[in-house]
Amino acid sequence: MNYVLDILPPLLEGTGVTLQVFAITLVLSIPLGLALALLRISRFGFVSGLVNGYIWLMRGTPLMLQMLFIYFALPFVPVIGIRLPDFPAAIVAFVLNYAAYFAEIFRAGIQSIDRGQYEGARVLGLTYTQTMRRIVLPQVVKRILPPMSNETITLVKDTSLIYVLAMNDLLRAARGIVQRDFTTTPFVVAAAFYLAMTLVLTLAFQRLEKKYAVYDE
Amino acid sequence: MNNAMSPMIHAHDVHKRFGALEVLKGVSLDIAKGEVVAVIGPSGSGKSTFLRCLNHLETINRGRIVIEGDTLVSSDVHGVCHYVPEAEIRRVCGKMGMVFQHFNLFPHMTVLQNVIEAPMTVKGLRREEIIPKAEALLRKVGLLDKRESYPSRLSGGQKQRVAIARALAMEPDIMLFDEPTSALDPELTGEVLRTMRELAEERMTMLVVTHEMAFAREVASRVVFMDGGEILESRPSRELFASPEHPRTRVFLENML
Repeated sequence: MNYVLDILPPLLEGTGVTLQVFAITLVLSIPLGLALALLRISRFGFVSGLVNGYIWLMRGTPLMLQMLFIYFALPFVPVIGIRLPDFPAAIVAFVLNYAAYFAEIFRAGIQSIDRGQYEGARVLGLTYTQTMRRIVLPQVVKRILPPMSNETITLVKDTSLIYVLAMNDLLRAARGIVQRDFTTTPFVVAAAFYLAMTLVLTLAFQRLEKKYAVYDE
Repeated sequence: MNNAMSPMIHAHDVHKRFGALEVLKGVSLDIAKGEVVAVIGPSGSGKSTFLRCLNHLETINRGRIVIEGDTLVSSDVHGVCHYVPEAEIRRVCGKMGMVFQHFNLFPHMTVLQNVIEAPMTVKGLRREEIIPKAEALLRKVGLLDKRESYPSRLSGGQKQRVAIARALAMEPDIMLFDEPTSALDPELTGEVLRTMRELAEERMTMLVVTHEMAFAREVASRVVFMDGGEILESRPSRELFASPEHPRTRVFLENML
């Protein structure tokens, strides 16, 4: 038990990094994903195709590869070449990648809303933007809560990939102690930390679902 | 521009195609203020499509539609259709309220929220400005006690009455009804028809696509019979039911009654 208390400070520090990557990614990728979804259903074929290609690229290659590319290769790309420090590079990769997944969830949600809802709003004089904001998206939120819960929980665990940029997240911190002390206890503690984080998320999403259960469709 | 003499709805030579299928083959209809016009006809005759063209839920391929003297769309000499700009379309169509077969209530809003949504969002009214009126409308359709209920808790007839109140909250000059009782259990149609009858008695201009022959006969001042994308007969309802002129009207009425 004393040993566990001894290794807590570095693990908590790692958890801090993990939570930062998680929170910043979530806050930035959800609005970006929504924007991509709206462009994806645009009636302009060119725009829709472009977003489609983007989603294919981001879902079709490993997140780790994307992170390595942005950190190591982006500086050498002509015109847009820029050298990012490790933390921003990781964030950019995570946001771009998760936005693609969120975009598809939003798109499925938006397209599942009955055409009658648009017509009902239209004959009342609502503009497209008002219809989206007041009528469609609030209903979309209810429908996409389960897949969003999935993605969000996956994101917590995916943050461990940032070790490739030598950042000390929870898992890398644990591994460091394992290699130093020749005991696997830090892994167990790290697992408990991950479980605690995903439990909080699970409960939060359950609450949201309950909140939205006040109405049926 | 607006003219006191212009009809509430003026549709002239309206053509509508879905791909190769010609759904409307030159429909013309004028509706005066306070008229209650029932559109009857077999399914697939184009009556719902015609209604949906009037408020731009469908775009037409040729013809002219003028609402209270304001042009919505007109064809030039080459038969090419020109709609007025989007903001003008919204303004012109704002004179009409519409009630759908499947209600199209907003399921995530309570009855009261459904009614006050458009006045707040579209007209920019504050909540407390519109609530008294919304409550009066709900009282009128007999659903004030359901104001905090969500639509899923209502019967079909109640949903449709909320839909009527919601449309009236925007203070339209004309009400369009697209088969308002077709999705209802037979025992629930009466309450909706009663609300519509009350509206007619208040001299609301109404265009009603319906299969309810009793409503067409008793409430409508005029009945329009459509078949095959054309208006075959348009006469005062008593006359049309007493002595239909067109043989297809006769056959249709015999099958319905």
